[in-house]
Amino acid sequence: MIKKRYILNFPPESGDKPLSYCLVKDYDISINILKAEVYPGKRGSLLLELQGKKENIQKGVEYLTAQNIICEPLEKRIHFQEEKCIDCGNCTAVCFAGALTMDKVNWKLDFDKEKCVVCELCIPACPLKLFYIDFS
Amino acid sequence: MWSGYFLSIGAAVSIFLFHKKCQKMKTYEEINLKIKSGKAVVLTAEEVSRMALEVSPEEIVEKVDVVTTATFGAMCSSGAIINFGHASPPIRMEKINLNGVPCYEGLAAVDSYIGATACCPDNPAYGGAHVIQDLLEGKDVVLEAWGKGTDCYPRKHIKTTININTINEFILFNPRNAYQNYNVAVNTTHKMIHTYMGTLLPNMRNATYSTSGELSPLLNDPEFRTIGIGTRIFLGGAQGFVAWPGTQFHTTRPKNELGIPVTNAATIAVIGNLKEMSPEYIKAAYFEKYGVSLFVGIGIPIPVLDVDIAKRVSVNNSQIQTSVLDYGTVGMPKLGEVSYEELRSGSINVNGTKIRTAPVSSLAKARKIAEELKLQLQCGEFEISKPVQLFKKNTSLKSLKETEANND
Repeated sequence: MIKKRYILNFPPESGDKPLSYCLVKDYDISINILKAEVYPGKRGSLLLELQGKKENIQKGVEYLTAQNIICEPLEKRIHFQEEKCIDCGNCTAVCFAGALTMDKVNWKLDFDKEKCVVCELCIPACPLKLFYIDFS
Repeated sequence: MWSGYFLSIGAAVSIFLFHKKCQKMKTYEEINLKIKSGKAVVLTAEEVSRMALEVSPEEIVEKVDVVTTATFGAMCSSGAIINFGHASPPIRMEKINLNGVPCYEGLAAVDSYIGATACCPDNPAYGGAHVIQDLLEGKDVVLEAWGKGTDCYPRKHIKTTININTINEFILFNPRNAYQNYNVAVNTTHKMIHTYMGTLLPNMRNATYSTSGELSPLLNDPEFRTIGIGTRIFLGGAQGFVAWPGTQFHTTRPKNELGIPVTNAATIAVIGNLKEMSPEYIKAAYFEKYGVSLFVGIGIPIPVLDVDIAKRVSVNNSQIQTSVLDYGTVGMPKLGEVSYEELRSGSINVNGTKIRTAPVSSLAKARKIAEELKLQLQCGEFEISKPVQLFKKNTSLKSLKETEANND
């Protein structure tokens, strides 16, 4: 079992296919929608986290590509300069994914990278400008 | 009969002794003697709040000498006085920039004041607070100044670098710091807004709060019995002083049953030597689409002089409330009141809506300051001082009334 993140870009004509149903039913992939932007009649994009067997995920991505959907693996990650952090909490105010939270005992910042959906709201929210995107 | 007589004398004596115990008073001098001999009992305001759940105020006066309070938050009304020294030939600086940030030019020839929120016109995310931090960290800063040229100050322009060692004085002087309580910010509109209380998501998707609650200095001495002009404080890692009541000093805000204001009320003006401060407790900040500010670390020791003060420092987060204001609507209407206990729990309930909370000042740093101050008091490095003068009571605020200005 592996977990991978993909950004899916839909052409305008692909909005009527039950894609996620096929991924679940035919490829046994569990799907977590992290972010969705849909502009009806124009285009749409989804940030998905796919969990399943490696070969199934590969086949699922091939299936999506055959449907004219552009699938890009997401390696983009948010990082921050922890040693400079003052634990003020400003970033936790905007992190609706729950990746950035304050530890309720020592009130230091906790960053659970697994929960991060790369919405990037923390980047401007940090008053010390400690967050940055890593495209590695 | 005699035994009854002795019994009643005994009762009277014990009542008298009990009364004396209730009236236990300590003086600054007594406490300072204990501090100097390394025998003072010091607790943080959080520790004394826990202690008070089991111990009476009378016993707290007996057991505890000093309680340390602290806060570490963005305090916009901050800045530094700098004396650059005279160049040869000298210049009367009539326009001054430090790393491109304009600073005040109306103080003699080479005195200036750099405000934390002043910003560089070419780079609004870099401001006076950043210049103060750069100097504090020992970095070189570019000074550029212009003058008209006078008989005694012939020079018209200078451009050079300065650092913390080349300048004569570097004094932090903040006209308004350490707010006694502060509002909770929410946003009822459908658009995200950017404020000094952080980024407020639309439709009340988050709420931000600022003070350190039961650890906050002015919430532990709400009547200003020990915090006044001349009180020695921990300021940015050095020993500084309360210089004056802060601007917008407001003592007649609505209060709860313990006499603690339930919204932003009093403030203090503070002063201290930046050359002795630490970059760990002075941090420049830039709030998106708002501007530059300065995080300032302040710790204030409160001597436990009597039972009244013991009660004051014993308050806990469940006993301190603050107001929830809508920062998205003009006039910032009040939507409700919540306690710091609720704010710290991670969510508050405002008129039936559950809202996620986030702090915007650092409790972790405030705790570190309270602990450091405690250590300094325990080992005799920090002497407490009685205010030279107490603050005025019954003060309120004026708003800016607009007159029909003559635009000719």
